[in-house]
Amino acid sequence: MFVINCPYCGERDQQEFKAGGEAHIERPKQPTELSDDEWAEYLFMRKNIKGVQFERWNHAHGCRKWFNMVRDTSNDEIKLVYKMGEKPPLE
Amino acid sequence: MSANLRVKSSEYIDETHRVSFKFNGKTYYGFKGDTLASALLANDVHLVGRSFKYHRPRGIMTAGSEEPNAIVQVNDKTNRTEPNVRATEVEIYEGLEASSQNCWPNVNFDIGGINNLISPFLPAGFYYKTFMWPASFWEKYEFFIRHSAGLGKSPSEKDPDIYDHRNIHCDVLVVGAGISGILAAKNAAKNNFKTLLIDEKNELGGATIYQNKEFNKIDNQSSSDWIKKEINGLKNISNLEIKTRTSVAAYHGYNYLLARENLTDHLEKKYKNNKVRQRLLKIRAKKVILATGALERPLIFNNNDRPGIMLSTAVKKYADFFGVKCGEKNVFFTNNDSAYESALCLYNKGIKVDAIIDIRNNSNSKIVKAIEQVGIQIYWSHTVVDTNGYRRLNNISIMKLSNDGMTVTGDRINISCDCLGVAGGWTPAVHLFTQSGGKLKFDEDNNVFLPNKYPSDQISVGSCNGKFNLKEIINELSIKLKEFLKISQTDFDNIAIESEEETSKRNIWLLPSDKAIGKTKPFVDYQNDATAKDIKLALREGFRSIEHVKRYTTTGMGTDQGKLGNMHALGIIADTAGVKMGELGTTTFRPPYTPLTFGTIVGRNVGEFFDIFRRTAMNDWHIEKKAKFENVGQWKRSWYYPINGETMHQAVQRESKAARESAGILDASTLGKIDIQGSDASEFLNRVYTNAWSKLAIGKCRYGLMLNEDGMVYDDGVTTRLGENHYLMTTTTGGAANVLGKLEDYLQTEWPELDVYLTSVTDHYATASVCGPNSKKILKKIIPDLDLSDENFPHMSFKEAKINNIKCRVMRISFTGEHSYEINIQASFGKALWEKCIEAGKEYNITPYGTESMHLLRAEKGFIIVGQDTDGTMTPVDLQMDWIVSKKKYDFIGKRSLYRSDTMREDRKQLVGLLTDDPNIILEEGAQIVSELNQNPIQMLGHITSSYFSPNLNKSIALAVVKGGKDMMGKKLFIPMEDKIISVTVANPVFFDEENKRLNA
Repeated sequence: MFVINCPYCGERDQQEFKAGGEAHIERPKQPTELSDDEWAEYLFMRKNIKGVQFERWNHAHGCRKWFNMVRDTSNDEIKLVYKMGEKPPLE
Repeated sequence: MSANLRVKSSEYIDETHRVSFKFNGKTYYGFKGDTLASALLANDVHLVGRSFKYHRPRGIMTAGSEEPNAIVQVNDKTNRTEPNVRATEVEIYEGLEASSQNCWPNVNFDIGGINNLISPFLPAGFYYKTFMWPASFWEKYEFFIRHSAGLGKSPSEKDPDIYDHRNIHCDVLVVGAGISGILAAKNAAKNNFKTLLIDEKNELGGATIYQNKEFNKIDNQSSSDWIKKEINGLKNISNLEIKTRTSVAAYHGYNYLLARENLTDHLEKKYKNNKVRQRLLKIRAKKVILATGALERPLIFNNNDRPGIMLSTAVKKYADFFGVKCGEKNVFFTNNDSAYESALCLYNKGIKVDAIIDIRNNSNSKIVKAIEQVGIQIYWSHTVVDTNGYRRLNNISIMKLSNDGMTVTGDRINISCDCLGVAGGWTPAVHLFTQSGGKLKFDEDNNVFLPNKYPSDQISVGSCNGKFNLKEIINELSIKLKEFLKISQTDFDNIAIESEEETSKRNIWLLPSDKAIGKTKPFVDYQNDATAKDIKLALREGFRSIEHVKRYTTTGMGTDQGKLGNMHALGIIADTAGVKMGELGTTTFRPPYTPLTFGTIVGRNVGEFFDIFRRTAMNDWHIEKKAKFENVGQWKRSWYYPINGETMHQAVQRESKAARESAGILDASTLGKIDIQGSDASEFLNRVYTNAWSKLAIGKCRYGLMLNEDGMVYDDGVTTRLGENHYLMTTTTGGAANVLGKLEDYLQTEWPELDVYLTSVTDHYATASVCGPNSKKILKKIIPDLDLSDENFPHMSFKEAKINNIKCRVMRISFTGEHSYEINIQASFGKALWEKCIEAGKEYNITPYGTESMHLLRAEKGFIIVGQDTDGTMTPVDLQMDWIVSKKKYDFIGKRSLYRSDTMREDRKQLVGLLTDDPNIILEEGAQIVSELNQNPIQMLGHITSSYFSPNLNKSIALAVVKGGKDMMGKKLFIPMEDKIISVTVANPVFFDEENKRLNA
């Protein structure tokens, strides 16, 4: 069970959080302009990486804020957490 | 009269306190401080159980939690019975009853023992190979296989004990209170680390407290005397907490560990009652020091499993710690020096040791010289090739080993003995380390796997890190502790230590015999009866991966997880396949390290605390009126209110009729309520609902449908505009939390520019919904000041009002199709409001109705219930609710998906009404619908989602989803049931008051 450093509340136990899937998938601004395939790409396609992955997490039983996490899925090491809207790190 | 094998008083056994207990129905006596194993051995009972597959007689092999053989049922036929308990871990108490497992009629004469005689026909994979064919016979085989499977009997009565959970946060957790653990914990605590020290035994000190006094010295005292002083000193350290009888079960990531603390298992029955039996400790430690020690290995030779064959250190512990001799004629068989320490311990206590058989060629260790001096015969370079004695060892045969260790030479020498202490070296207990994600490396010199890469802030110290002699252990501990805790010194940095040093090593994983391997039984996994022969067979049959060999032979799959023999299994595979052990890897050690009771895992979450319940403010009234309840999400909702012994059907028919004929009242407090405020609230609703919200006037209500981004219906409910920038949204009871989560997600991540604030107010308000033609009159009595005319207060509008000076919100909205009002009031006044409504409605026979009648009433009107008539695959178009989907809005959640080729198919399942040809037949929800009866295979068109007998229409009605149902109006369909075929006609889903006349009645 992880200890997650919520960017708003600090370190809390994993059971206060909810995982929200892959991060940095932006909802298209003009969905009606998209082809079925382009829409399906946004709607359904998600990565499942063994290694460093960008994820969304929600402090569901705390401040209810969503934030981003960089996690290595092979050893569960949380490398970084940062707020929504902040740029993902390059490395 | 049983024999007495007590040798001499031990400080850990209270000989003034005699304890009687029963084993297999016979009464024995032991002393306070005994384990079941030591007490049985003191009574000369070695035969304790039968093995799993061959039903071979088995005895006590170890003195710890790694015991594979001596597993017993305790307190059989009582509500506290527990199977598969290790006799070596059970502390005896007055009245304890234990019995052997896996034998019938009894442990001395066991019918299953025939498996041992036919064992040549029971090789590895026997069951897989034999019961494959013919396939149709499996049901017959299964009965017998299941009957012979399993060891103990699970309890059948309710567990009378209390279990508990506790969260612990500490700076340093030390697992294992041997000498390393004690010194580590003491130094951590003294350096201001909040420290927790855990040990599975009831006494601290591990093996050091009874270590040989002559060869192990610390600070010029014997190590055992020195450590006892250290243990006494621990009591005075303020920030050190010590938990004994506590076994760490699991070590997860981020230094999260689970441990089971045993509180009453060692107590007499009268002291157990109303106390917590076991507590699960959930420990989050900043730093973890593993000092879990090492387990002694057996040796793998022919017939190495007879009662009387034990680990050499177990023989020593029984003599030193418990004051019990395990045999009158003792022999040791070893590949290292530790058997010599055990032999010397027995000799010093006056117990006869006849010989030591050592596979090494020689050893110059001091302890070996000491044994030679007292005249115990040592057979160098010899191995045991066979043992005899069915229920108890009586004789062994030894032969000389060849130089390469592959064969034996010369003649058999027979040695008579009743106890054989076996010493095969040491296996560091790295189980917890690997559970935490640690990676091992193989040490070729000592044939051990050692911790290599640490995944979290932890260290392994002492013998679990491959350090086996006292000097090495303490020197390494001092260096590692300073580095790990970042302290400048420990209190044992410069202490003088003397200890034994081993000078000679030889390791043979599978010892040869003069018989062909096929004719021998060298057990590797004692509990599961897996032999070296089975492992070799698996390799011959092509298994290569250690994980596959494990599963095929069941090596290491018993309740002990193969703590003793796993290393030998690996060694035999490596030797046979000609690969290096390090390359082979190990099987995975999984939690729990020792078995946990279910009680410990669930803790207090049993009975009414199994799950969390939410109750409305009116709950007490419902209980008083003997309502039946149903679970909706976590809510307890009134389901129906039977009176005068009504059945559910009768109650629901009466309630539903009353609601339409005069007045009904429903507790609607459980509906999710979200308060929405902010200057962009209208825009926000536009984006989350399918219909338009900008033009909704203040004081008006509107029904909304919410989709998922995939276009499927997610939730629905009525939202009221309370002010310019203020809305109150209602959601389904079960969906409330998820809807709030979803809305927050969009607000925070996709539309952070919107000025909108969401607050859950579900629990803040209680809601009474009064419906029926007389509802207006009832409301008038409660709130006389409120103008209830259709002009002032029309359908789908809202008014603020006061009842006895208490503010409330009244919405004129309807889920039944009747003229109806929903009154929302601060939750603490909920019951008062409800009682006021009931009182005011008395003259109109106001009838409380539950969720079942609510479902029936809305089904008469064809209103959907999200989650009952929808299942995450229904679009608004599928539900024939196109009217609520705005064509003008540029975007809303899920809009784009409504134009995907798949969602636009004409033959999707669509919601329709169904009427049975026989109006008295009520369809079964979930039943399949077909149009052709003579098709093969028959094509399923859909299923029934809601079905009721309508008392107001006096006929059966149903809602269903049917492929292409929209265009089937009037078509005949069939519902094939087990005993009959029901014919139905597709109808409009609005069965009652299609023109909505009653809303304004």
